[in-house]
Amino acid sequence: MDAHIARIRIMKRASVTLAIAAIVVANAAPARTEDDLPVRNCAWCHGASGQGTGVAPALAGQRAQYLERELQSFRDHSRDDPAAKQYMWGATARLSPEMAHGFAHYFALQPAEAANDGDAELAASGKLIYEQGVPEANVVSCIVCHGPRGEGFEAIPRLGGMSYAYVKSRLEMWAQGYHAAAHPMPHIARTLSPHEIEALASYVSFLK
Amino acid sequence: MKALRPSSCLLGLALLAFAATPGFAEDRPAEPPPQPLPKPQLDAKIAYCKTCHGLSGQGFRGAYVMPRLAGQQPQYLEEQLRAFIERRRLHPLMQNVAHALNPATLGAIAAHFKDLNPQSIGGGAKDLVAAGKKIYDEGVPDKQIPACASCHGADAKGDGAMPRLAGQLHEYTTRTLADWSKARGQDPAKPDASATMAPIAQGLTHEQAAAVAAYLGSLE
Amino acid sequence: MKVTGLSLAFAAAVLAFASVGASRAEERGGRQGFEAKIEYCKTCHGLSGEGYRGYYPMPRLAGQQPKYIENQLRAFIERRRVNPVMFNVAHALTPATLAALTQHFYNLNPPPLGGAPRESVGLGRTIFEQGLPEANIAACSACHGPEARGHEEIPRLAGQLYPYTVKSLTYWGKERGLGGKDDTSAIMVVTTHNLDAAQISAIAAYLAYLK
Repeated sequence: MDAHIARIRIMKRASVTLAIAAIVVANAAPARTEDDLPVRNCAWCHGASGQGTGVAPALAGQRAQYLERELQSFRDHSRDDPAAKQYMWGATARLSPEMAHGFAHYFALQPAEAANDGDAELAASGKLIYEQGVPEANVVSCIVCHGPRGEGFEAIPRLGGMSYAYVKSRLEMWAQGYHAAAHPMPHIARTLSPHEIEALASYVSFLK
Repeated sequence: MKALRPSSCLLGLALLAFAATPGFAEDRPAEPPPQPLPKPQLDAKIAYCKTCHGLSGQGFRGAYVMPRLAGQQPQYLEEQLRAFIERRRLHPLMQNVAHALNPATLGAIAAHFKDLNPQSIGGGAKDLVAAGKKIYDEGVPDKQIPACASCHGADAKGDGAMPRLAGQLHEYTTRTLADWSKARGQDPAKPDASATMAPIAQGLTHEQAAAVAAYLGSLE
Repeated sequence: MKVTGLSLAFAAAVLAFASVGASRAEERGGRQGFEAKIEYCKTCHGLSGEGYRGYYPMPRLAGQQPKYIENQLRAFIERRRVNPVMFNVAHALTPATLAALTQHFYNLNPPPLGGAPRESVGLGRTIFEQGLPEANIAACSACHGPEARGHEEIPRLAGQLYPYTVKSLTYWGKERGLGGKDDTSAIMVVTTHNLDAAQISAIAAYLAYLK
């Protein structure tokens, strides 16, 4: 029985590795038009319509400028949280700027869906923090950069569609010191208490 | 002899026709005198003045110190605006402001400010007020500087062409006295009332000017 | 029980972060005070107070007249100036912190953020320096100074963010001088009323590049 589980484990790991290898190889090819972007390489983890699965966040409807910048940050390793390192460093290792631009604009056009997987009660207090921050604790409001409905602005990401787990892990990783170049998010994350992180992550998960 | 070209004929005809137009050779009839502004425009203009001179004309301390206009003698105000227009009095901002004024409005603008009476924001060092009052009431005899009161009135409210000084911003008064001949009476061909003050302004020391300014700033 | 490598890793990560979270809460209590408050302001207003373009533009505070910032914070608290975010921010400030904050920002001098359209900078400069007397627009420089550095309660405008200046001039009476109480913002009512959109844009563009 153990051997069986071990074999499955190995196969799963192998398939993930293969997937990444495929992406790497595919992206090593010369830049192509948007028509034949190897989007399927992203879909393996990010979902057929870019709606995200598990660790891989939703990309559908995300701001193109933001996606492009994140792809670059994976490539230059400035985004160095464990998940990024494990999955995205390899995936973007030979990603050309033209390809990144193509991917970013492709996903920006996909229709966005809310993740709807947070805690509804926590979301209410999350909304308060989102809109007003917590001034006595020097927690800034999210609304001033991310907009009243999480729309984002230029390279500041849209928050709609992000899952509870993803938002929570992002905030926690920043607070831990990963991705230090992503000012002002590391500083903001450090001001948040665990409860506030959960509340915010819940609230955001209901944004579209 | 060459025949006249058709184009020259036409040109000549055109010139003739033009010359025959009434009023061409003589002076144009004088333009009608400017009409006073209708009330909405006058109100807008006065609101504009108050943007700098204070919402009740009390003066305003910006990067420039903008003088109090409230309660000012209308004759004096009008004369100053005219002096700005005619460049007899120099000021980088007021020249343009005055230039854009409808000349028929000067009287109306001046009349508006006459009736305003906000509290003084004149300011100035309190410990100079007594010395300033002495100069204001008695002058500086050993320099032949007459008492200011003799022209500007015992209450410094002025009269006719003589400006009100009561409640004026002290920095404005001090600077005006210091820069008198640089800013006023700038057209030697058109001497104006400002000539009277020239020797007085020159005669006062900086300390004396500051004292008088502080006294005036304290008056309502 | 089937346990995939993925979810194992994730679970481990969550556990690791949760343990860090506990100590952060304690650390947060100890970081109250001036340094923390300054960092908080700078999160939105820029690392050197130069301003920040978020969904809303957060204005430059660097080099701002202390008296002006003080008045604005008070206006936020008293709702004479309406801004839901700043209302909450201002409420959390003590008078001592306020005074120290304004002095701190006054002493900062980063280069302007820029980013304004360049075409109308010339017109903006003309209006700033001379006004438009025919249109009853006073010269901004008369109060704000020839270099737009401000004076006492009159704000510095040099280096202010273009979208912020445009917004302020366009919506002046909607955001300021509210609540029926006397307010220093009244002085700008006439001027902002008389300015048209093109003039506002020009002035804002000129100011955005001033050092």
